[in-house]
Amino acid sequence: MKQFAHLIAALDQTTSTTKKKEALMDYFREAPEADRVWAVALFTHRRPRRSINTTMLRAWAGEMAGIPLWLVDECWHIAGDMSECLAALVPEGVEHCRMSLAECMEEISSWKSRESAEVREAVHSIWMGMGRHERFVFNKLITGGFRVGVSQQLLVQALARLLGLEDAVVALRLSGNWSPQTTGWQELLLDERRDDARLYPFYLAYPLEQDLAHLGKPEDWFAEWKWDGIRGQLVARGGQVHLWSRGEELISAQFPELVSHPALADIQAVVDGEVLAWSEGKPLPFQVLQSRLGRKQVSAATMKKAPVVMLAYDLLEWEGEDIRRKPQQERRALLEALVARLDLPTLGISPLVAFDSWSGLKDLHAQAREHLAEGFMLKQRDASYQTGRRKGSWWKWKTDPYTVDAVMIYAQRGHGRRAGLYTDFTFAVYDAQRNLVPFTKAYSGLSDDEFAAINRWIKDHTLERFGPVCSVEAQLVFEVAFEGIGASKRHKSGIAVRFPRMVRWRRDKTVQEINTLDDLRGMIAAP
Amino acid sequence: MLISFTERGFYCARGDFYIDPWKPVPRAVITHAHSDHSYRGHGHYLAHRVSGPVMRLRLGSDISLETLEYGEKRFINGVELSLHPAGHIPGSAQVRVAYKDEVWVLSGDYKTENDGLSTPFEPIRCTHFVTESTFGLPLFRWRPQEEVVADMLQWIRGLAAEGRNAFIHAYSLGKAQRIMCALHAAGVPMLVHGSVRNTNLALLAAGLDIPNPPLVSGQQHIAPGTVIIAPASVAESNWTKRFEPYAEAAASGWMALRGTRRWMNAERGFALSDHADWDGLRSAVLATGAAQVFVTHGYAALFSRYLNEMHGLDAQVVRANFTGESADMREEGTE
Repeated sequence: MKQFAHLIAALDQTTSTTKKKEALMDYFREAPEADRVWAVALFTHRRPRRSINTTMLRAWAGEMAGIPLWLVDECWHIAGDMSECLAALVPEGVEHCRMSLAECMEEISSWKSRESAEVREAVHSIWMGMGRHERFVFNKLITGGFRVGVSQQLLVQALARLLGLEDAVVALRLSGNWSPQTTGWQELLLDERRDDARLYPFYLAYPLEQDLAHLGKPEDWFAEWKWDGIRGQLVARGGQVHLWSRGEELISAQFPELVSHPALADIQAVVDGEVLAWSEGKPLPFQVLQSRLGRKQVSAATMKKAPVVMLAYDLLEWEGEDIRRKPQQERRALLEALVARLDLPTLGISPLVAFDSWSGLKDLHAQAREHLAEGFMLKQRDASYQTGRRKGSWWKWKTDPYTVDAVMIYAQRGHGRRAGLYTDFTFAVYDAQRNLVPFTKAYSGLSDDEFAAINRWIKDHTLERFGPVCSVEAQLVFEVAFEGIGASKRHKSGIAVRFPRMVRWRRDKTVQEINTLDDLRGMIAAP
Repeated sequence: MLISFTERGFYCARGDFYIDPWKPVPRAVITHAHSDHSYRGHGHYLAHRVSGPVMRLRLGSDISLETLEYGEKRFINGVELSLHPAGHIPGSAQVRVAYKDEVWVLSGDYKTENDGLSTPFEPIRCTHFVTESTFGLPLFRWRPQEEVVADMLQWIRGLAAEGRNAFIHAYSLGKAQRIMCALHAAGVPMLVHGSVRNTNLALLAAGLDIPNPPLVSGQQHIAPGTVIIAPASVAESNWTKRFEPYAEAAASGWMALRGTRRWMNAERGFALSDHADWDGLRSAVLATGAAQVFVTHGYAALFSRYLNEMHGLDAQVVRANFTGESADMREEGTE
């Protein structure tokens, strides 16, 4: 465990990818085999389900620190991270714990079936046997995912270099359904293995930054609408059909109608596409699709209320052969033939948008919202299907976000990265009676200098404080941008927006000039 | 009450003086020379002897200033006034104000750990205690200075081996000298930024025994492994570019939180603070024996609730224009 904690510290202390890669390679070279497998699992978000209620953890830490629970919770909020908070609260002990990472994981999973008094003893003695940083990492194992700035790509590169394998081979072996409890290092990374459910790493596009003309000739490119759904990979092999999400989670159970057609069980293919809520030939708002996400099972009623389709846009494997290196247009031709032959109501094809000049495409782009799309995906006709986020052959070209001017009415102390500063702001617009109605929170998009200036302003313009939140005089106007907007019963304003962020601090505007709730409602009605 | 909380600052009506006022007043008693306690524009200043030269440097050589030693008493209209070590920075003082049975201690900023530079904090018995709470949460428990310095030395030596220089960002008054003293003892070569250099000269003039590293300039040859001590306001600026290759670290109590280390964007963060940590604040409050506690800047609401509930004290939040150690170290003048 000390080795693993040391790795996390090394990753945390540098922003250089080269150094991170070296730290990973050092770890994978030296750590015991069982630990290595667990480390890969943790970095690829394969943490087992939480086996303990975190309220108990907080209570125990409070008892050990001699402070009341409310103070533990305030500390948690301010640190922004329960693991770090609890590691800091528990008094210093003697660092005598010699458990390995794998032993820690085993210990943690055993708690599910043990009495809470017994678990309390175990947690107590482990905490007291570890230094603060090791304790923090241990708590992470119990409570949450690791965000230590190790991308999937970086992990893959480190392992590939260490093992003398190609990146793509490692990526493929790490993907799919495996468990650190049942898979060994050899089996995971070194054996050729047959797993019919395995997926290919997704190819992800960067946003288009340059002018279209820099892409070269328009006839070398495909354009498709960029849909506002979730990315999915349909894997049909050996009579079984699986649907994977971009986060490499199996989501078949959430979308049974997409995988249950007998015709799919007869083919050997891997299809990349977009899962969308869909009715009468048109996409439904993302909020509808949301009702299908994050569930173990979906009811017949939900399936009826939120019908879905998959719009296919790429074919990665066909008749048992990996065709990712074939040019985009060849894969597209095979895909079109396959989708036409299957002719399923739940498997469509994402149509190509015809254009003959870049300026013509620009005109079409302006109509994206009318097509209920977020913009275009541009794909080079001879592009191979690559691994991870890459520049060059695929670009996403999104529509401009919606923007409104709104006034800040609450500020909340940031946590984690921004503990101690007010960085999370709540914004309001006017309703018909000129009352301010909060409609969204946002916490990103400003420069550090702007945050510092706003913090100085807040200090002098606070009205009331409620714990980490304070209400401020309604004076500062911000341009708030968001990607989508829909009606919502859960919010007082009656609307919900997607991906809100601040784009500009409008020092030139007064609160009198901000937008109204009617302006926002208008955006829902006329996309 | 002997002291009232006014728009201009903490006021003793009987003695007609303010303590650390933030708006211009005729007579001000100053706990220490940091700019959020020692404001410009007062008619007359009273402070500790060591604070004198730095206050003149920052506020102008023409201010009307009188200084005291620790423990030296002044009587003003029957009010007994004295200064006592606060351990925050050189010259920092707790202000004791007594009249009849009422004894107030206004502690300004303080820390309970001996930093080897400032006169160590002394608890003073009183009936009313005014305390800061910059790090008034049990999340904050400082490691001993030797351990933090050992980490710092290891970092510096690692950089030296890579042929890089080290920038350490620290407040020009207090933190900079504390680090200088510790690194000087370990024989580390150092250069300082102009604002640190000027503060050093003022402290030397006050008779303090501190090292006096040369001013850094873009022209000189800098041997790898040299540490450059500069305020955080120059971090990642064009000014630092000419010292490449280098690595930057910040020294602040906020570096105890992983989140703020990231926000500061420093390659390394060293949790070194001139403010008391949780245990320091608690023990300081309890050692005064005061039944009434007034909590100023920091996590005031939480700390006073804790003192009320867990220690049965009459603790309340008091508004003041002090900032303590800002999480945004680039904010100049908030120390």
